[in-house]
Amino acid sequence: MRVAAALRRCGARARCRQRTYAAATEGDVRASVSRLLDNRNALGLLFLLPAGALLLLFLTYPLGLGVWLGFTDTKIGRGGAWVGLENYEFLFGDAVARLSLFNTLFYTVVASVIKFALGLWLALLLNKHVPFKTVVRAVVLLPFIVPTALSAIAFWWIYDAQFSVISWTLTELGLIDRYIDFLGDPWNARLSTIAANIWRGVPFVAICLLAGLQTISPSYYEAASLDGATPWQQFRYVTLPLLTPIIAVVMTFSVLFTFTDFQLIYVLTRGGPLNATHLMATLSFQRAIPGGALGEGAALAVSMVPFLLAAILFSYFGLQRRAWQQGGAD
Amino acid sequence: MAKQTDDQVVDTQGMNYLVSLPRRVVTVYAPLAVFLFVLLFPFYWMGITTFKPNEELLSREGNPFWVVNPTLAHIKKLLFDTSYPDWLWNTMLVAVVSTFLSLVCSVLAAYAIERLRFRGSRYVGMSVFLAYLVPPSILFIPLAKVVFELGIFDTRLALILTYPTFLIPFCTWLLMGYFRSIPFELEECALIDGASRWQILTRIVLPLAVPGLISAGIFAFTLSWNEFIYALTFISSSEVKTVPVGVITELVEGDVYHWGALMAGALLGSLPVAILYSFFVEYYVAGMTGAVKE
Repeated sequence: MRVAAALRRCGARARCRQRTYAAATEGDVRASVSRLLDNRNALGLLFLLPAGALLLLFLTYPLGLGVWLGFTDTKIGRGGAWVGLENYEFLFGDAVARLSLFNTLFYTVVASVIKFALGLWLALLLNKHVPFKTVVRAVVLLPFIVPTALSAIAFWWIYDAQFSVISWTLTELGLIDRYIDFLGDPWNARLSTIAANIWRGVPFVAICLLAGLQTISPSYYEAASLDGATPWQQFRYVTLPLLTPIIAVVMTFSVLFTFTDFQLIYVLTRGGPLNATHLMATLSFQRAIPGGALGEGAALAVSMVPFLLAAILFSYFGLQRRAWQQGGAD
Repeated sequence: MAKQTDDQVVDTQGMNYLVSLPRRVVTVYAPLAVFLFVLLFPFYWMGITTFKPNEELLSREGNPFWVVNPTLAHIKKLLFDTSYPDWLWNTMLVAVVSTFLSLVCSVLAAYAIERLRFRGSRYVGMSVFLAYLVPPSILFIPLAKVVFELGIFDTRLALILTYPTFLIPFCTWLLMGYFRSIPFELEECALIDGASRWQILTRIVLPLAVPGLISAGIFAFTLSWNEFIYALTFISSSEVKTVPVGVITELVEGDVYHWGALMAGALLGSLPVAILYSFFVEYYVAGMTGAVKE
């Protein structure tokens, strides 16, 4: 840094001199260096141009357009007029929209809590000395990398009302006498979709937390066990505090993905039975694309934002506040 | 960083000799086996269903966990009677092009933000992170309007241009972290030797950031291979659909579910990413955890 600053200073001096004297070769180099350094605003702008143009056109502009659409009655193939808060008033009074809000919150809370618990457990297991460690770790992540829409089809078949392999096994074991209607009953459907979401999300949480676990120095555990700490105490007073910052980030992402989930529900139930599994994302798709009511769909999508922000802030600050426990600054 | 953690992994086992074998079986191996079984079972089920003849699929007799008369009929139907090969090709094309496009944009942007340090670069860096948090399910409706007005509705170009909206923020964020780890001194030496910024980027920074580029590329590729909601919204003609959307919308006809063909479609659509992933596991994990850790 200091070198660069010094360079810049002599560069500037060299350039002044250059105007009066014929430039020496050495001065030339310095001058060109300084010109480049001075130009870094222009150069930065140039380098940012491709990414900036794409993001402005396909991210920032649509984001604003979405908010605007939410205040209009736009339909597919017909421009809309400004209707103020009408869409939001309608959605507020709409039983299906309120149900979808409940479903989304239920889905997010239950799935995230279980994903966190199982993911942390799996991470702790993977951090132990097990045979074929690298293979096991690679295999664990498979549910996360495979297209969700495609693995959801496998779950669809597993949850089939007539030929479900789960029902078959349970019947053979004599635990049930009738096949379970996994996706036909409202509460069964909610829990089944949550189970599929957990299946997909646990590997992500586990592998990220494992990366965090591996940065914890083993000497802490040695010191703790020499002081007579039980495994539970080691986990509670060494692992957990040191892991908190990474838990905060991982869970923020996990909540974000779960809250805005679309594929899984769309493939498994399309929001049915009786709208029992409609999330806000699937309902806004349903209203906007097949239903044609772009304005209403956009309003529904926009109303996810406050909840999303609240969820992010909660999981981020709720956990991040304990960063001091690391012994570092806040 | 990676090296350091590897060393620590070996060391973590320091006190483990105190734990007896039966105890380890109950507390470690058994739960791990259950986890692995549950996580892998859907894939086994996909595979076994792909090779099952219809009589066995639609029968409650016999053991469903095994195939008696394996058949390739479902795969044959998929490859020759549907547009599945087209979907595979579309998915591949869209994923490769959008990944490449995003990588180019992200390298330039990340270098500018991290190293050129132009005025306001800190804010641009923050907004890249915020862009990373914008979920596609909020964007797809207005984006459909934009795509329609640009006249690229129902084309592959629509996907190639919209996928970078979630790829660029991610790749830029990841590459910023990699560029930060490259010492400033190297660039200063190059500057003194008269290299231009472009030469520094291509000859010094990029070769050093190859692992980061691979991580970002692999991750971006799988993300765009898995994308669903944009492809579902912006594409309506069968011949430009991607695999996930094609399988969901075209292989399901009315109330008759061709489970064999559906599972074959899911299996074949998952294989390319799974194979690619198996070659680059470490890079993939580094990409995923790197983005979270920053």
